[in-house]
Amino acid sequence: MSPTKRTETPRTVVVTGLGATTPVGGDVPSTWSALLAGKSGIRTLTEEWAEQIPVQFAGRVAVEPLEVMPKVEARKLDRSGQFAMIAAREAWADAGFAAKNTPAEDGSGETVDELRLGVVIASGIGGVTTLLDAWDVFKEKGPRRVGPLTVPMLMPNSPAANVGIELRARAGVHTPVSACASGAEAVAYALEMIRSGRADVVLCGGTEAAIHPLPMAAFANMMAMSKRNDEPQRASRPYDKSRDGFVMGEGAGCLVLESAEYAAARGARVYAEVAGAGMTSDGHHIAQPEPEGRDIARAMALAIEDAGASVDQVVHVNAHGTSTPAGDITELKAIRSVLGDEAADKVCVTSTKSMTGHLLGGTGAVESVATVLAVYHRMAPPTINVDDPDDDVCLDIVRNDPRPLPEGEIVALNDSFGFGGHDVVVAFRSVG
Amino acid sequence: MASQEEILAGLAEIVNEIAGTEVEDVQLDKSFTEDLDIDSLSMVEVVVAAEEKFDVKIPDDDVKGLRTVGDAVNYILNASGK
Repeated sequence: MSPTKRTETPRTVVVTGLGATTPVGGDVPSTWSALLAGKSGIRTLTEEWAEQIPVQFAGRVAVEPLEVMPKVEARKLDRSGQFAMIAAREAWADAGFAAKNTPAEDGSGETVDELRLGVVIASGIGGVTTLLDAWDVFKEKGPRRVGPLTVPMLMPNSPAANVGIELRARAGVHTPVSACASGAEAVAYALEMIRSGRADVVLCGGTEAAIHPLPMAAFANMMAMSKRNDEPQRASRPYDKSRDGFVMGEGAGCLVLESAEYAAARGARVYAEVAGAGMTSDGHHIAQPEPEGRDIARAMALAIEDAGASVDQVVHVNAHGTSTPAGDITELKAIRSVLGDEAADKVCVTSTKSMTGHLLGGTGAVESVATVLAVYHRMAPPTINVDDPDDDVCLDIVRNDPRPLPEGEIVALNDSFGFGGHDVVVAFRSVG
Repeated sequence: MASQEEILAGLAEIVNEIAGTEVEDVQLDKSFTEDLDIDSLSMVEVVVAAEEKFDVKIPDDDVKGLRTVGDAVNYILNASGK
């Protein structure tokens, strides 16, 4: 296939591969079936340090990286890098490309021109466990014992760089950092790379591994986390009256995006179109969302406009919905204001964080995977633990059981918002 | 004080841990970078692990001279004899 150069009109971009490792499953099929079944991935932490901190539960990945990755490889990667590599390999294979972007010895296996291949993998915090573990080594054993791989492991761009090196991607390797919007921003960035003609294929995603006493204590001290220690599986309860904060999760999600013409030329299976993205910032506060949802509404409107969609095509929103008292309702009101009453009365909203917890920089990517699958299978996963909906819930929340989505051309949004006022919305459209 | 055989066996364990190379492939005539998949960063890990295991000091300036496993074994033998 001849390389495509910069084009005057933006190119259509599609999703052809998905990968994930999450608190509810070690890959996409297991994660998707757990989400549809309404299974919680949240558990009581069994580490000794958990007793010292106010929040003693989290969503660890369902499958430990060492179960699917050689030890020698794993020790060179931060835990967030391990998650990203696992999800990236799944997505790459799912798109039908040859492992390591290298043909097999018999010449079989589809590869991408490395000059036309990009990687965009985000992280909110980077290699925080590597950094803190290295500091423990420094204090206990002295500076000589600090590993020479500490820096390449803790760099926030390390997951993207390692995946980029494995695939020999040379069109550009990038790492957006925007707290809990990072994963969605990676998808938006990848969309732009392909639209603008910089690349034909981009592997994008987000990852996070921050279940460590220090970030756990720090988030807890922000009064941002649920302290429902006696009922961990019921702690992430977006839209419920008794919600009391988010639940920390870990993991990664990855998507292979390519231009529609590139995908068509190789006969790839297409899950959905990445139809548009909207990115705003709220100029308000480092940790508090702007209370009117002014700029999250604007991000949604921009995504819908960018997608060339009408509001009545938007049938589903995978909401940011973190289970915090203020944020959940602000987002619902913003959705209603953007769609208008007629379309808002028909849209169904879900927060998969009720099952996975909040994967911080990974969340926008894992939820993009879920949104793509919702469009592809025309089935929205449920929100669990909404036992007594908040009186201010103003939209149809998918509760307990999955919800079939309508036939015809449909659009679904993935909302992701981050500390610092980053608002990112990605719009996915059904194909065929 | 460790014998040559004990040092070789200890280094083989370290190289196996860091690079995944089979223990029996770590022989005196093998080059760390060319034969054993040890790059410059991994070599620092090997050196620091060897310092800890054999209770010796291997200054950074001396690491460049350790091309083969045999070089390292001899260095550690001499250093631990002092």
